[in-house]
Amino acid sequence: MAFSEEDGSNGGASEASEEREAPGRRRRLGWAATAWLTFYNIAMTAGWLVLAITMVRFYMEKGTHKGLYKSIQKTLKFFQTFALLEIVHCLIGIVPTSVLVAGVQVSSRIFMVWLITHSIKPIQNEESVVLFLVAWTVTEITRYSFYTFSLLNHLPYFIKWARYNFFIILYPVGVAGELLTIYAALPHVKKSGMYSIRLPNKYNISFDYYYFLLITMASYIPLFPQLYFYMLRQRRKVLHGEVIVEKDD
Amino acid sequence: MKHYEVEILDAKTREKLCFLDKVEPHATIAEIKNLFTKSHPQWYPARQSLRLDPKGKSLKDEDVLQKLPVGTTATLYFRDLGAQISWVTVFLTEYTGPLFIYLLFYFRVPFIYGHKYDFTSSRHTVVHLACICHSFHYVKRLLETLFVHRFSHGTMPLRNIFKNCTYYWGFAAWMAYYINHPLYTPPTYGAQQVKLALAIFVICQLGNFSIHMALRDLRPAGSKTRKIPYPTKNPFTWLFLLVSCPNYTYEMGSWIGFAIMTQCLPVALFSLAGFIQMTIWAKGKHRSYLKEFRDYPPLRMPIIPFLL
Repeated sequence: MAFSEEDGSNGGASEASEEREAPGRRRRLGWAATAWLTFYNIAMTAGWLVLAITMVRFYMEKGTHKGLYKSIQKTLKFFQTFALLEIVHCLIGIVPTSVLVAGVQVSSRIFMVWLITHSIKPIQNEESVVLFLVAWTVTEITRYSFYTFSLLNHLPYFIKWARYNFFIILYPVGVAGELLTIYAALPHVKKSGMYSIRLPNKYNISFDYYYFLLITMASYIPLFPQLYFYMLRQRRKVLHGEVIVEKDD
Repeated sequence: MKHYEVEILDAKTREKLCFLDKVEPHATIAEIKNLFTKSHPQWYPARQSLRLDPKGKSLKDEDVLQKLPVGTTATLYFRDLGAQISWVTVFLTEYTGPLFIYLLFYFRVPFIYGHKYDFTSSRHTVVHLACICHSFHYVKRLLETLFVHRFSHGTMPLRNIFKNCTYYWGFAAWMAYYINHPLYTPPTYGAQQVKLALAIFVICQLGNFSIHMALRDLRPAGSKTRKIPYPTKNPFTWLFLLVSCPNYTYEMGSWIGFAIMTQCLPVALFSLAGFIQMTIWAKGKHRSYLKEFRDYPPLRMPIIPFLL
């Protein structure tokens, strides 16, 4: 799901984050890791804030969404690509999320930005693009500020509330935006035959980007509910202190 | 003779599940599992994990009650391993699939390629050779499952069969589609490349089989003993001097041979996936050998001589 939310991790904040109901699972983060993560999360919060403000100003000045993507694309590409670092954070263990989960989430964002909106220019002015951009922007601002405040050990309740409630609406909105955008891109992909390898060739392999996109769209069906219900469970645990015994540990 | 009492609690909820009295001191865990099944028939022995500590390691079936660090009233914790399926069943299913699936593509059964190609035959020799090699490989695996391998564990979790079959069947279909495609391009260096690759494949198949036989002879039928494998008179087993898991080394070699022979990128990718998995397994096995045997030969690497 490009519309990302991580599992109950808090950006690597070690102690004192109120959501940790298992004190035995505290992590000791070195000062260097804490400093870096704090910087990273502040920078990302700022980046997505800039993105949000630019989008709002564009719409207020021009009154249309046409050309909006073009005006923010550099900033979007920069900050979204920078998020690849989050995989490294998991790999080196300064963030408690699994590498696979982080990898899937960041990869799906990179896929949308670089392999869909960047590469398939005709769809850049679709309304669905604005839909997922809004969803992503609000989510990321909430998420990164949540991590920032957690690391600084001063997490205002409303940020925690936002992080665990906004997704209820934003998740489906983001998914809808993404799916509609990919759907709009399909005819252009089919016509241009882009990113595809045809037979015969000496490596005896073929790849059809059009069918790849169809399969990607289909994969949302099993994946989205899993992620959504996972977040709902996290929400019950964190906000309402429910103790949930997982099926297998 | 003093009898033991055994109480079995759920490892997660600590609920008392079963109380067994008058248990013989020399009873094994396997026997206790059988007794537990009587009161909870849905938990057959293969899906029971009994341990002394809720978060501890599973006790082995062969462990004897009086040799465990318990008083005369023993408390065991139970964890449900989930539905189980036998290793033999899984292996037979996951290997029979590729055998038949490849043939569907080889014979160009309708609805795979265009209708004008239905039931036609490739004009490239290498395509026929590839079919023979691929089929031989999986027949060999099936026969080894039935007659050669001696498994430590009887069962594995049921969900593994879906995972494993998706992997084997999926890749088999993907490879077979291209090798048997009407637009297949034979290897760049022609018959030379095919002959060399075929030689690699055959040698590695013989090697892999030799290792399986050597491993089988390490362990008497019906037992679960573990010993350090050593080279035998069969030259193929001399690879034991350099690696812990030469069966995986030879398996890699076979698929590399097959990839070069068919010059098909999906085959190379399948080989890569297999290599990654077998390396993980080999490293694990190597570590267990080192832990279990003080005198384990130091020259050996897990899967690739001197390197990995």
